[in-house]
Amino acid sequence: MKPPKFEYHAPSTLDEALALLARYNGDAKLLAGGQSLVPLLNFRLARPAALIDLNRITSLAYIREHDGHVRLGAMTRQRAIEFSPVVARRLPLLREATRWVGHLPIRSRGTIGGSIAHADPSAEYPAVLTALEGEVVARGPKGERTLSSGALFETYLTTTLAPDEILTEVRLPVMPEGAGWAFEELARRHGDFAIVGVAAAVWRSGGRVTARLATAGAGGTPRRLRAAEEIVERDGLGAAAIEAAGRRASELVEPDADIHASADYRRHLAGVLTERALKRAAERAA
Amino acid sequence: MTAATVRLTVNGAAREGRCEPRKLLVDFLREDLGLTGTHVGCEHGICGACTVLINGDAARSCLMLAVQADGAEITTVEGLMRDGRLHPLQEAFREHHGLQCGFCTPGMLLTALDLLRTNPSPSEQEVREGISAVLCRCTGYHGIVKAVRAAAVTLAPSR
Ligand SMILES: Cc1cc2nc3c(=O)[nH]c(=O)nc-3n(C[C@H](O)[C@H](O)[C@H](O)COP(=O)(O)OP(=O)(O)OC[C@H]3O[C@@H](n4cnc5c(N)ncnc54)[C@H](O)[C@@H]3O)c2cc1C
Ligand code: FES
Ligand code: FES
Repeated sequence: MKPPKFEYHAPSTLDEALALLARYNGDAKLLAGGQSLVPLLNFRLARPAALIDLNRITSLAYIREHDGHVRLGAMTRQRAIEFSPVVARRLPLLREATRWVGHLPIRSRGTIGGSIAHADPSAEYPAVLTALEGEVVARGPKGERTLSSGALFETYLTTTLAPDEILTEVRLPVMPEGAGWAFEELARRHGDFAIVGVAAAVWRSGGRVTARLATAGAGGTPRRLRAAEEIVERDGLGAAAIEAAGRRASELVEPDADIHASADYRRHLAGVLTERALKRAAERAA
Repeated sequence: MTAATVRLTVNGAAREGRCEPRKLLVDFLREDLGLTGTHVGCEHGICGACTVLINGDAARSCLMLAVQADGAEITTVEGLMRDGRLHPLQEAFREHHGLQCGFCTPGMLLTALDLLRTNPSPSEQEVREGISAVLCRCTGYHGIVKAVRAAAVTLAPSR
């Protein structure tokens, strides 16, 4: 038997899940898609007293358009996002990023809530959340709060969610009509975690350009590249401005070295991928 | 720890077993239900040998607890044959040398079936991307890619 012993609960409502979390007082783990947590259990790197399985809480899986936002329930599978017509139409950047998340059999189970709560700095969804200025909703015993990406991600695999809170929803503002987008990434093999990834969106309105850029894998948290965005917002989407934005991006990131890549290489990639992402996004923009 | 009862449908037949909640679905299939066609390699989601269909979608059975599959419909490699005949995808693997030792084959077949369901006529690049979910240490993948593309053609009229 690979995983260590644990008590197993599969509540069917969010309230029951919250009550169980409170009862275990920090010793329980929430089980979403299990694509990150079960490997940790199998390696016995995680030894929770209990698992609270969210998979029977059907009310946590949905994709709805509401008030200029797309709301995605925490238990929405990455696969459902990949094939959602609402996501394809309103959040093409999220759709493109999803194709980079592992492989189809991983996306069958993996969830958007788990992907964001796990806070792997190389993961694609946190970068998209950051680039699109989305929010997450967290529910705890004291009620609900919404957090921006900046308020949520603390460092590697660490968020500001309290042990008795559940991430219930991800809210992403609908991308404007005519917006261009691109998710560029370099990984060792297709489906592996990114060494570095860059999410980009650009749109024009009233003669002005708006740009959004965020990285994955270039530091302990996803990083918004505001100063690089400003270059194309000021100078437009021509080749020279895009090149300058790429250079700026590599100055902005603060990557660390690990077994996959040195800090210098990641810095270099942040620049190259920013340039590529902006170029492709600009081509797609109306 | 108390054992739990798991009732599920495997390859169209109702099956039942009792196990600890920490038992992985792949071990439950192999040890409790005697379905050893599903292989177990890395046990952390990387190799794909344990891939089965769960309610129609390909997924890693080493990353799911057996208790989570209560009520689910599972297809394993044992469920692919019909009336004593190989599934057209299996035929294509035989025809195009899509296997050597066969260790990756069950996971490869179920991954490819899911790929062909979501994308009935994939390009070579799309097949390569799809099967990159499963590691093969023997074939060098060329035969597998050929087999999946050939099966896409044979399976097309029936879909
Ligand atoms: C082979 C392989 C390749 C992969 N490649 C990629 C990749 O390229 N990019 C990528 O982004 N991911 C990748 N993943 C990870 C995958 O996307 C996971 O699905 C994801 O990181 C976690 O989501 P999950 O739903 O599986 O969560 P789980 O594994 O169930 O949970 C992860 C963590 O989040 C917590 N959690 C889950 N849901 C909530 C919630 N609603 N509220 C609060 N806490 C919660 C859990 O307690 C746990 O600590 C890969 C996984 C594998 C096995
Ligand atoms: S045994 Fe499940 S992916 Fe390797
Ligand atoms: S045939 Fe031997 S691992 Fe694929």
